[in-house]
Amino acid sequence: MSINRREALLGLATVPVAGAFVITANAKHGRDAALQQEALRKKTAILAEIDVVASPPPSVGPMTGDPLRVGVIGFGGRGEWLTAGLGFGSKPWLEMMKTRAEENPNNTQLQDHLNQDDQNVELTAVCDVFSVRREIGKSAGTIKGLNTRVYSDYRDLLDDPNVDAVVIATPDHLHAPQAMDAINAGKHVYVEKCMTHKLGETYALYDTVRASDRVFQVGHQHRQTQSFFTAREIIHKNVLGHIALITTNTNRNDDNGAWQYHIHPDGNPETIDWDAFLGPAPKIPFNAEHFFRWRKWWEYGTGLTGDLLTHDYDRINCLLDMGIPKYCTASGGIYTHRDGRTVPDVLQVNMEYPDFTMGSSQDPGKEKGMTFVYSATLGNQYHRGSLLMGHDATMELGNQLAIQPEHNSTRYRDMIDDGTIDLDVPMYAYDPSGGGIDAVTGATAKYFAQKGLMYTYREGKRVDSTYLHLREWLSAIRNGTPVSCGIEQGFQEAIAAHMSCIAVRLGKRVEWHEAERRLVNVSDDELAQLGMA
Amino acid sequence: MNNINMQTWGLTILRVLIGWHLLFEGVVKLWNDDWTAGPYLLSSEGWFAGLFQAMAVNESLLAVVDVVNIWALILIGAALMLGVASRIALMAGIVLLSFYFLSHPPLIGSQYLAPGMGSYVFVNQTLIEIVAMFVLLAVPGSDAIGLDRLISKKAES
Repeated sequence: MSINRREALLGLATVPVAGAFVITANAKHGRDAALQQEALRKKTAILAEIDVVASPPPSVGPMTGDPLRVGVIGFGGRGEWLTAGLGFGSKPWLEMMKTRAEENPNNTQLQDHLNQDDQNVELTAVCDVFSVRREIGKSAGTIKGLNTRVYSDYRDLLDDPNVDAVVIATPDHLHAPQAMDAINAGKHVYVEKCMTHKLGETYALYDTVRASDRVFQVGHQHRQTQSFFTAREIIHKNVLGHIALITTNTNRNDDNGAWQYHIHPDGNPETIDWDAFLGPAPKIPFNAEHFFRWRKWWEYGTGLTGDLLTHDYDRINCLLDMGIPKYCTASGGIYTHRDGRTVPDVLQVNMEYPDFTMGSSQDPGKEKGMTFVYSATLGNQYHRGSLLMGHDATMELGNQLAIQPEHNSTRYRDMIDDGTIDLDVPMYAYDPSGGGIDAVTGATAKYFAQKGLMYTYREGKRVDSTYLHLREWLSAIRNGTPVSCGIEQGFQEAIAAHMSCIAVRLGKRVEWHEAERRLVNVSDDELAQLGMA
Repeated sequence: MNNINMQTWGLTILRVLIGWHLLFEGVVKLWNDDWTAGPYLLSSEGWFAGLFQAMAVNESLLAVVDVVNIWALILIGAALMLGVASRIALMAGIVLLSFYFLSHPPLIGSQYLAPGMGSYVFVNQTLIEIVAMFVLLAVPGSDAIGLDRLISKKAES
């Protein structure tokens, strides 16, 4: 049976559709390719102009040799995390991480901890004035087969010849006395922020560390944040133009974030060495709330300034090296947690740097000076990013970076006019996570994570920043490699925080004399009145 | 099937349009070296979300899924357009699109990363396309116009 003309027509009727398809698909492909090519041209032109390469982190030296013997002074919440960063998760900490991983498969904190390279340290001693915490601290060592000794008096720990280095995570008012005693006892020191609680001891600790060969590191772990290395390069290549305003923020609205920490039911004068906790603080009868929620009172903590402003200040100082401000003004009050605390829960701080400059795209001399603003509330957790606002662009700083071009930029004028730079989209974005899925637990954790304070990335993998910061300190002890937050940076952080603290408490503009390294307009009487002499 | 009427033309046009759609989905993915089903599978919801997400996180399995998906779309699409082995192509198309539908069912509580062009609950274009292919399979005449006609005539001879 032969195929007649009609059959052939019906058989081949849809072939022309295939032809039309090929023509149409090719046309669309050509157009899409042209658009892609144009986008690539713009991207290449922008990258060539700003010349930013995602910077690798500084490398640490080998961690081989005999294990370093570390003691932890202060095994509270932060001390427990730091000890985990050393490689020793306590029993309850490991259980908490396991529960979090079970409740949320995206929570990889336990796996991240287990994946950490060995720090090659031994947890030889733990000190805490609360017996319950002492025993938990001991468990961090014993579950790894170590004979970790426990002390209630930190001076006994410093006398222990099996301790080479100490991690200090006590309340702020104990930082300086303990750090100085540790240095004088020949121990290397890692101390939590705020480095000090009072002005006078800031100078004393500075001198003690300078006169010693011991390695000293302040616990600003965000200095390990991968994105910050790139951010530093962006600023030093003047991508943003002259930065005249930097705004940073704290936004929290939960009990933990407002320092309403859990009061342990077993906390009493029998289990807590109250006098040791008070240390240099005014002598008062035992008070469990003061012990467990010490950040709420000036006698032990430094409120928002020492706890959270220090993070934001040092996040910027590690990029700009802008140092101590010439002037500082501040205002605030207790507006959201009127529970007997003495430290403000709403705080606004302005730090002035009249001579600040890191380059400009405009006529020389036209631009100079910068204000660093810190705005905090413990009554609302709406995320306000950290912004570095330059004449040519604005950078939002966090675990990711985004640079938004400025409409009236001088540097990018031609690229904006010819469409290479689109004002509606970021001209540069940096995300070191490699598309991984992150999970954080709780509002306070989210706050820290957004700022790059909890974890960072190495080669696309999530790593605990605290672990890396400790590793840098341990490498400095072993190999003589530098620390990123040593006494100079710690001194700047502490003075800047104390200026804010004095400014808000005295209600005056506090002035710093850089050459003489002293406050110009705050008397010793005023400092004594504030308990900050 | 000598009687070519409006119904036959209607079914043929439906078949060719579905073919066009699937073929273009396939070639677009083939042209894009960076394309992978990973993010789509990861955003799966509904009864089989775990299964589809497991496909996305297994790199070697995902590589196979990507290749199979692209070539299934191209072959099914071309077959429906030209009318070659259209019954087999329809059955394969129903299976393939059912995977798409089951991985992203428009349930009452579903929230997908990539929003569709419209608003859906239970019924979306994927489901309609699946049913349309069922109709093409069930109603005689859908393969009356196309290369299958010549192939079957040749087989008869």
